[in-house]
Amino acid sequence: MEEIKTIDAANLEVFSEVLQSLAATDRDIMVVTSDSRGSGKLVPFGQKYPEQIVEVGIAEQNLVGVAAGLASMGKKAFAVSPACFLTARALEQIKNDVAYSDNPVKLIGISAGVSYGALGTTHHSLHDYAVLRAINNITIVAPADNFETAEAIKQAAEMTSPIYLRFGKKTMPANLATNLNTDFKIGKGRVIQEGNDLTFIATGEAVLPCVEAAKLLKKEHNISCKIISLHTIKPLDTELLLASAANGKAIITVEEHSINGGLGEAVASLLFQNGCTNKFKIVGLPDDHTVSGSQIEIFNHYGISAEGLKNTALNITNL
Amino acid sequence: MHIEELKRKSVESRKKILKYIYNAKAGHTGGSLSILDILNVLYNDVMNVSPENFDSNTRDRFIQSKGHCVEALYVVLADKGFFPEEDLLTMCQYNSPYIGHPTKAIHGIEQNTGGLGHGLPICAGAALAAKKDNSGVKVFTILGDGEMAEGSNWEAMMFAAHYKLDNLCAILDYNKLQITAPNEDVMGLEPIDQKLEAFGWAVKHVDGHNIEKLSQALRGLPLEKGKPTFIIAHTIKGKGISYMENVLKWHHGVPSKEQYDLAIEELDKQLQELETVSK
Repeated sequence: MEEIKTIDAANLEVFSEVLQSLAATDRDIMVVTSDSRGSGKLVPFGQKYPEQIVEVGIAEQNLVGVAAGLASMGKKAFAVSPACFLTARALEQIKNDVAYSDNPVKLIGISAGVSYGALGTTHHSLHDYAVLRAINNITIVAPADNFETAEAIKQAAEMTSPIYLRFGKKTMPANLATNLNTDFKIGKGRVIQEGNDLTFIATGEAVLPCVEAAKLLKKEHNISCKIISLHTIKPLDTELLLASAANGKAIITVEEHSINGGLGEAVASLLFQNGCTNKFKIVGLPDDHTVSGSQIEIFNHYGISAEGLKNTALNITNL
Repeated sequence: MHIEELKRKSVESRKKILKYIYNAKAGHTGGSLSILDILNVLYNDVMNVSPENFDSNTRDRFIQSKGHCVEALYVVLADKGFFPEEDLLTMCQYNSPYIGHPTKAIHGIEQNTGGLGHGLPICAGAALAAKKDNSGVKVFTILGDGEMAEGSNWEAMMFAAHYKLDNLCAILDYNKLQITAPNEDVMGLEPIDQKLEAFGWAVKHVDGHNIEKLSQALRGLPLEKGKPTFIIAHTIKGKGISYMENVLKWHHGVPSKEQYDLAIEELDKQLQELETVSK
C-alpha cells in the first residue's frame, strides 16, 4: 500500500489515489458515478481503469440501485455523488436496496456539509447524519484529515456491510494528530490531542477548527483541551466516549451538520443514558435557513471556528 | 418442463395462493393470480436456478419489483423445494419471516423489495456485473403497470439500453388495473410499447397467461442482440377465479369462507378439464 501523504491534500484527491491503488490489484472494485467523476476527482481513475467505472448520468436513484445490484453480485461498489443528492434524492434506495437488503455498497457523499458554500441549500447536506443514523445497518464515517480518509477507504473496501463515507471539498491536513497517531479503525474514535480541562468531540472538517481553538485556549487562557476525531458517527465508540467523560469536565461537540440528529445528539444520548452530568454544548448549524457565503464564512458565522469555539469553551467553563 | 405439466402446476399454485391468503387473512390476491403464470414459466422452464445452485454466483437472478404480490413467489419457490410449503401457514403472522413482501430471509429470494420502482435499477446493476464477469447470468424482473409511473424505472431503462444489457429481461404484468382505478384513469401508460422502444429496449407483447407463448418468448432471449428485453405480458388481475377477474376490490381483497370454497371449486374444475384434454 502507498505511503501516507505528508503534504496536505484535498480529501477527494486522496480518495481517488487510494481507489486507484486498490483497483490495480482488485478487479471487483467498481466506481459508480452520477455525472460526478469530475467533482469526485475520478477522471484519472476512469482513464486508468475504464472497465471499473460506471457512469449512470444525473440519476441518483439509479446510482444507488445499480450499485446495490453490483454489490449483490460480489462487486465492491463505490457509489459516488454529492452528499446532498445521494442522501436525500436516493434515500429510499439507501434504506431499501442497500441497508435493508444488506448489499455492502460504499456510499461516498462528496462535497458534503456546506462545502458548496454560496451555491446554497440545494447543494448543502446538513441532514445526512440524522437520516442515516435512523436507518439500521449503515456505518457512518466522516474523516478529519488525509490519513483518516485513506484508511477509511481501504477499510470500507473490505467491509461486508453498508457504509456511508462523507467527504468535503477543501484541502485537508495530512495528519491532525499531535503525535501523528496512525491508529485508525472504523468504529473507534481517534484522539488528536490529550488535555485535562475540556473535551472537544468533532467529526470531519469540523475537527480542524477545534485544533485551532485549542491552541488559542492554551495560549491565551492556559486551558488544556482534549480533542477526539469521532470519524465514525455510527456505531459510536462508547468506550472512548464514556472514558473521556469520566473526568467530569465540559464537553463540546462540533459538526458541519444540523444540530438536530447529528453527532452532538448521538453523543449526548449516550452520555446522558449512562449517568454522565458533564456540561455539554452542541455546536453545528442551527435549525434555520443557512446564511449565504463560502464554507469558511458559514463556519465563522455559526461559530465553527477558532474564535467561535474558543468563546463557546470560555462560556461553558465559566472562565 | 412439459407444457401440460406447467399448466397443471399453474392451477395447483393458484389453489395454494388462495389457501395461504385465506389462512393469513391478508395478501395481494388479484396481482398474485395475475403474475403466477409468468413466475411458473420463469422458475420451471426458463431460469437456471434451484435450491441446489442457489449459492452459485452463476445462477440466473429474479428480483420481483412488484414485491406486494409475494404470495405467488412464495408458492412457486416452495414448489421448487426452497422451503417446506407448510411454512406458509405462518405467512403474515407475528414473528414469521414470511412477511407481505419478498425478503432475503427466505431461501430463494434474491433481494428485499416492496417499495415500487426499485427492482429494475438493482437488476440493471446485477446484469452489468454479469456482463463484466462474462458469467452468462440472465437477470429477470416483473414490474407492475401502476409501478411504471415511478421515475426510477425510466432512469434504469436509459441505463440498461446505454450499457446494452441484453442479459436483462423486464416483464410488465399488464393487467391494466391499479389500486385506485384502471391505469389509464390514474396515470396513462399508453402507448407503452412505443415508449419502451424509444428508450432502446426490444419489446414483445405476450399473452401473460398462455404458458406456451410465455415459454417461447422467455426462452428466446435476447429478442435483439445488444438490447435489453421488455416483455409486455397482458394479464388479468384475479386470473382464474371468475368473480375476481378484473374486479378492483381483489387488489388486496381476502376471500370469505364461501368465496374461498367457490374459488377452490372453480380451480378443481379447471384441473379436471386439463386432465380430460390430456387424455
